[in-house]
Amino acid sequence: MEATIGNVIAVMGDFKNPDKVTAAAKGIHGAGYTKFDIYTPYPVHGLEKAMGMPKTSLPKFALAGGLFGLASAFALQYWTGGIEYKLNIGGKPLFAPQFGVPVFFELMVLCTGLTVFFTMFGYLCGLPNWHSKYQYDAGFQAATDDNFCVVLEAEDPRFTIETAQALLSKLGADNVRVVHESVEQD
Amino acid sequence: MEAKEQVATATAGYTNGAAMNGYHDSPSAKPVREPLVLGNKTIHQITEDICGIAEQKATPKFWAALLASMLVAGAGIGALTYTIAVGIGVWGLNNTIGWGWDITNFVFWVGIGHAGTLISAVLFLFRQKWRTAINRSAEAMTIFAVINAAVFVLTHTGRPWLDYWLLPYPNQMKMWVNFRSPLEWDVFAVSTYFTISLLFWFTGLVPDLASLRNRAKSKIAKAGYTVFSLGWTGSTRNWHHYEFAYMIFAGLSTPLVLSVHSIVSFDFAVSILPGWHTTIFPPYFVAGAIFSGFAMVLTLMLVAREILDLHEYITLKHIDNMNKIILATGMIVGYAYAMEFFIAWYSGNPYERFVFINRATGDYAWSYWMMMTCNVFSPQFFWSAKLRRNVWFTFVLSIVVNIGMWFERFTIISTSLHHGYLPSSWHYYTPTWVEITIFIGTFGLFMVFFLLFSKYLPIIALGEIKSIMPGAQPSHHHDDHAHDEHSGEVTAKAHH
Repeated sequence: MEATIGNVIAVMGDFKNPDKVTAAAKGIHGAGYTKFDIYTPYPVHGLEKAMGMPKTSLPKFALAGGLFGLASAFALQYWTGGIEYKLNIGGKPLFAPQFGVPVFFELMVLCTGLTVFFTMFGYLCGLPNWHSKYQYDAGFQAATDDNFCVVLEAEDPRFTIETAQALLSKLGADNVRVVHESVEQD
Repeated sequence: MEAKEQVATATAGYTNGAAMNGYHDSPSAKPVREPLVLGNKTIHQITEDICGIAEQKATPKFWAALLASMLVAGAGIGALTYTIAVGIGVWGLNNTIGWGWDITNFVFWVGIGHAGTLISAVLFLFRQKWRTAINRSAEAMTIFAVINAAVFVLTHTGRPWLDYWLLPYPNQMKMWVNFRSPLEWDVFAVSTYFTISLLFWFTGLVPDLASLRNRAKSKIAKAGYTVFSLGWTGSTRNWHHYEFAYMIFAGLSTPLVLSVHSIVSFDFAVSILPGWHTTIFPPYFVAGAIFSGFAMVLTLMLVAREILDLHEYITLKHIDNMNKIILATGMIVGYAYAMEFFIAWYSGNPYERFVFINRATGDYAWSYWMMMTCNVFSPQFFWSAKLRRNVWFTFVLSIVVNIGMWFERFTIISTSLHHGYLPSSWHYYTPTWVEITIFIGTFGLFMVFFLLFSKYLPIIALGEIKSIMPGAQPSHHHDDHAHDEHSGEVTAKAHH
């Protein structure tokens, strides 16, 4: 894809080995970088820890979603059957928690699942986002194939082209390169 | 495999095969167990193989299969339209037997779906890495099976255009649904099951669609994969949340799959009909669902394995493992058959006793013995390791098991219904051509979905299978939340 050259947006380097990329993540985190990311074809276990990422807040959202589902299931069955539409069927109680269990459970699971799905993709991962400023870089693209692509972003306060390049080379990255902003021309 | 070669040359991969040696430079010992993926593949080769299937030009064979499936599905849709236009009087049901093939087929298809969730969720929680070869297609199968189940349950109401009455919503009649009825629980269970399965499946697909997107050559393919991959980049900052979400989905789906077939069994067990009113039904139905679901996964995957040349991914080890599950669940089902018979006798209840003796010797004895032969006797062959690893034998037996499981549902439904308490209400039920055509049609629909899936989507979970390859994970990773370093399933990696 043709692109004109714009400002420097990142310095990137590639890794092929999960041990080396984990060590590199530790090194970059240790050097004080905060605006960096590692793009991988599959989750590399322990990499997020090496990068110094905090634990995900997803479980809290999941719990909230589940409790909401459970509460709505209770309210729905109690109010419709016990208050609004009192229908005597064979003398069975109008509401009882025992017969409410299946719907409690199903709505709880449904609301948890929907919450997890939308929170994870929409809020925590910021998707859908159909454009990435790095998307013309071949190494970055290969992160969905077999490449571990380390990206030091220019937005990081510590970023200078020279230090970033030196750091990645020291950590053993291949193909250390300066990436410019590209303007789509096709 | 000329198509695969064509793809390999067409994609100027960022890395050529040789660049991948980072994965194999550790001093690994020889495998202690059979490897999950054969052929010593590099990560890049896996991308090539799996994406290659979706990228190759559709063969005439594919179009022929698709057309044939569409014709079968079309016949089913025709019979369904006829049913809706004329009414369910065109089915063979009568006053005595109000549930026939409709509910039999509903339970049959819902049950088929259960293996998908079991493989994707339960085996995930148990760290069974071999699931990665089959989980994607099994999950897809779940979704298609539930759609087919919905066809029956939505039509059997008689006036399907009023099916929204099943949902609790404020209406001008000021009426609400009856939450004391298991049929209402079913509405919630099946719709939740469908939604969660779809979300789980789609979540798994997103990173793989990103792989396809980055390789896509044609504009249409690129646009399609771009939209549905949501712009996934493989960022570790995203994987971190993603993995947790995946685990929550697995944690949710595990009790969910048990609840769904338990609730389906409540449709019967909560009634007071002899033969249905038993507490053994929930576990018995769940085991039966897994039994038939695994058989269906095997039937489909053995065909896909041949046609798409997936021998290195779906190995004899996978087939062996699935056959073991079939044997185990088949034994549970067999135990349940024996136990319900025993309890019927032990209860001292003459009606209960009669129903069971009538099941084995009465009008529907042919159906009962069909079920016993297919579900209890035939899986016993799988005690032999040699037969478990015989592809043809497994294929035939997987079909036999599904026939048996269909007859199980038919036996349960018709034997309890056809003899009421009064001999004057005794009746016999045979389906009409309409019911038969709809049922066959759902197989066509299932195949249409499955063929389209296997053509346009990654049929094997790329990201997941890559992550379990030898050397794909850091070798000295001792993280507590970890997913798999205890397995030793891959190879004896040098753990230092």
